[in-house]
Amino acid sequence: MSYEAVIGIETHVELNTASKMFCACPVDFGAEPNTRICPVCLGLPGAMPVLNRRAVESAIALGLTLNCRIDENSLFHRKNYFYPDLPKNYQVSQYDRPLATDGYLETETDEGPIRVGITRVHMEEDTGKSLHASEEGRIHAASHTLLDFNRSGVPLLEVVSEPDLRSPEQAHAYATELRGILLALGISDAKLEEGSIRFDANVSIRQVESDQLGTKVEVKNMNSLRSLQRALAFEIERQTDLAEKGGGEVQETRHWNETEARTSSMRSKEEAFDYRYFPEPDLLPVEVPPAWVEEVASRLPELPSARRARYQELGLDRRAARLLLEGDGLANVFETGIAAGGGAKPIANWLIGEVTAYLRRQAKTLAETPLRGEHLAELDRMVAAGRLSATTAKEVLAGVLAGEGSPSELAETRMMVGDTSALEPVVREVLSANPEAVVKLAAGDPKLLGFLVGQVMKATGGKADPKTVSELIHAMTKETDVK
Amino acid sequence: MAVEIDIPRVARLARLALSESQLEIYRHQLGVILDHAARMQALATEGIAPTGHPLTIATPYRLDQVGEVLDRDEVLSQAPETEGPFFRVPQIVGEE
Amino acid sequence: MSSLADLSIAAAAAGMREGTFRAVELLEAVLLRATFTEAQLHAYLNLDREGARAAAEAVDQSRAAGKETGPLAGIPIALKDNMVTRGLETTCSSKILAGYIPPYDATVVERLRQAGAVIVGKTNLDEFAMGSSTENSAYGPSRNPWDPERVPGGSSGGSAATVAAGSALGALGSDTGGSIRQPAALCGVVGMKPTYGRVSRYGLIAFASSLDQIGPITRTVEDAATLLSVIAGPDPHDSTSYPHPPPDFRSRLGRGVEGVRIGVVREFMGEGIDPQVLAASQETLDRLSQQGAILSEVSLPTCEHALSAYYLIAPAECSANLARFDGVRYGLRIAGSNTEEMMANSRAQGFGPEVTRRILLGTYALSAGYYEAFYIKAQQVRTLLIEEFRRAYAEVDVLVSPTSPTTAFPIGAKAADPLAMYLSDVCTIPSNLAGDPAISVPVGLDREGLPIGLQLMAPPLQEELLFQVASAVEAVASFQARPGLAVSEAAE
Repeated sequence: MSYEAVIGIETHVELNTASKMFCACPVDFGAEPNTRICPVCLGLPGAMPVLNRRAVESAIALGLTLNCRIDENSLFHRKNYFYPDLPKNYQVSQYDRPLATDGYLETETDEGPIRVGITRVHMEEDTGKSLHASEEGRIHAASHTLLDFNRSGVPLLEVVSEPDLRSPEQAHAYATELRGILLALGISDAKLEEGSIRFDANVSIRQVESDQLGTKVEVKNMNSLRSLQRALAFEIERQTDLAEKGGGEVQETRHWNETEARTSSMRSKEEAFDYRYFPEPDLLPVEVPPAWVEEVASRLPELPSARRARYQELGLDRRAARLLLEGDGLANVFETGIAAGGGAKPIANWLIGEVTAYLRRQAKTLAETPLRGEHLAELDRMVAAGRLSATTAKEVLAGVLAGEGSPSELAETRMMVGDTSALEPVVREVLSANPEAVVKLAAGDPKLLGFLVGQVMKATGGKADPKTVSELIHAMTKETDVK
Repeated sequence: MAVEIDIPRVARLARLALSESQLEIYRHQLGVILDHAARMQALATEGIAPTGHPLTIATPYRLDQVGEVLDRDEVLSQAPETEGPFFRVPQIVGEE
Repeated sequence: MSSLADLSIAAAAAGMREGTFRAVELLEAVLLRATFTEAQLHAYLNLDREGARAAAEAVDQSRAAGKETGPLAGIPIALKDNMVTRGLETTCSSKILAGYIPPYDATVVERLRQAGAVIVGKTNLDEFAMGSSTENSAYGPSRNPWDPERVPGGSSGGSAATVAAGSALGALGSDTGGSIRQPAALCGVVGMKPTYGRVSRYGLIAFASSLDQIGPITRTVEDAATLLSVIAGPDPHDSTSYPHPPPDFRSRLGRGVEGVRIGVVREFMGEGIDPQVLAASQETLDRLSQQGAILSEVSLPTCEHALSAYYLIAPAECSANLARFDGVRYGLRIAGSNTEEMMANSRAQGFGPEVTRRILLGTYALSAGYYEAFYIKAQQVRTLLIEEFRRAYAEVDVLVSPTSPTTAFPIGAKAADPLAMYLSDVCTIPSNLAGDPAISVPVGLDREGLPIGLQLMAPPLQEELLFQVASAVEAVASFQARPGLAVSEAAE
């Protein structure tokens, strides 16, 4: 019995608007608790919502980018349930008339391109934050809970994918691409660690060749792209095991535990939530005229997929293009580097290779280093001119990253590689100091080349580019021959 | 009575801790009110769009600008229980 | 000798402008009247003598300094206690909000203050505006100034009683199914519900969002137009407020009814209406006819179902609007072993039976499996009703009916049977469902000396027409009676 995984992803995105979805409170992470609240987002008696235009515009932009149909008159609904971090005990959300529907997202995986259907993009408000007073801050065995409503009312976009993903790797690629799109659009910080983007997955398995859907399990609490992939891998294996042993899957929500590397069942509800959706009577239909949609469409920035294509045209391979865009800020440095005249491949390789490794080792972001695209262009120029070798270029790069100086400053102290005019006198001196070696080399003994090169290296304190030196030796011994 | 009302479930959905005898009274009263609605329900309404709202205009937009927030002390002074800058509630049973 | 407390707003404003008396004197007369009447009436939950005196003094100082004062400068106004007032307790007549002090003012309260009004205090209501008698208040009923053994109507019973008694010159109430008009009729004063969206709901503690409107309760039609002018107009805080500036509501007062086509709603002129109420209504209509009005009978058969539709839509919306009262951030908290229990205990003990009943009904009507049969169905009936009104207004200019099927009933008479109580609103509910403006004008007394009110309804946004016809009704009815309670002060 061969099983395949069927995965759908629900993404919640906190927008980076200045103010909240339905009130003018600032959207401001890290503020002192309960200092970013007003009657509306605190759910005080008599308060009423007023819709943030920029949030709608962000939703339109995302909907367009995901190739969705934009509804000219979408509706807000009340989603009714009681929870202490939900001040009105209903969430203002969109139900059967969301802003955007029926789109798709395309991305690259190691096995090739995939296209994932997008069911909908809708707007809603975020809840407050609960801090559970217990070990690990989990809800179980908490003696009490503290509430901070700063986050209540922050604008959220919810993106629901079709269950078109078939593997954890595809899910990872989808999530990465979606995140890249959000960053390109500039509508969200999309930081998993901060909670400005959150992924929940629906996972089921079915026999290959079946087109029925199995019982789906919702998986929550994946706080990084890596844990998204690991959680899905675990869950697929768990469900497959269960199916192979003849067990039935129950529709439930499971919580991913990163330290234990497993999902566990959350306390199952006695009944499915009855949200009693009805149209929000404190708001009217959300009118989005075609002219507005066109205007947003005309201002859309270059998306990750277009950027990747452009990079490939510059000579990068698919993998390099993808890695550049996945890195935080790498692509922008790449672009300024080539704009400053540097070569695409070398700059890309440095960014994907040395720079990425350095950042990981130092636990830094690119923005925290002084590296600029112009530096890489300069570095590339020096290598192309023969002043630096591949190895010494890396050393210089490391120095730039560590803030030790600019490439030319650092190159100074490193060497005068390949500067033939500077090397010629040294080579001549070595050759005239070792006449027997020159004769033996001319007679065809290759070992002497290494010896002579070594002598030049000694004389230059190791800074000469061995390749240039060999060439000079060859050229000069030929000269001698001719003489 | 035309409808069987699962009143304990309704009370649970609405977070109302009512006694059994109270629930029974409400169940009966709701039944009477809904029976009275039977005539309304018999009206022919196929193809009639429901009116949620007397106004037929679109929702107004607010510019994305920051405004005044409430003073935390004033707000917390109305709270039944607080702990430092937070509102405090007893433990929550059920999922996050 | 009459008291300043018995003046209309117009007369009081003129008196202050002419320097005949000052705002503080006017207020003292009103406060004195309150002192005499409150023991019996219990119209106020919270009489803010200090705040009112400070406001009146400020008005007098402004005037003395030659500064321009607002249209309501120095006029003592009472507010139904479901409108939030900053720093002043706001309870909705519920235990669940006992002691709650809002940190902001409702938009209407801001506008009143800006106009120089003197807010006397917060008046009693049926808990969360649910009821037709003010008996559902958690703080005890209010009583009718015409007969304190009887109800003042509801839910804005306290507001209507203050205006009738003279313990305020005008008041604001809220109307979801008739809660301004019916108590106005039972108390012999003018009560008006504007077109939905005319007045901001920001700061009005919501009962049913698509039906609620704030409106004036006054002694004269002119006063109602004046008070409405101050509070009406678009509000950026309320997404459902009508975005265009209102017309001059006073512009057609006193124009008479020559040639005005008045449709008498057949369904409200027969069975179920007290014969004396019918007689007084008919008498008034005859007089209007003599003044040149063209009367005809109009049938609105869907009105028969309006009550049922209302008692599905309003509870559904209120079940969600009242969900925020959970003991977490404000209001009553009763302990529980966990949050869910705490919420359920707080709400069960904080809400009275009528509120509980409506929350249960609304939750049920919205729940899975019943949403289409109840809530959607009721909204479709609402559409039918609106279409029926539109067709009627193609033939007539305004519609007329009694405001209430009965005059004021004794306290306790209808408390046992919720459905009997709901029938009090049968004439007023349709205009809430339609969102159309409507007004009640006192036209006479029955044999027990209890007031009878006549209701006028107009198409949406036609308040000027409504006030025009209402002022004509006021003129022909010539209702001058005052409740006995209002003239009981010895030392005047």
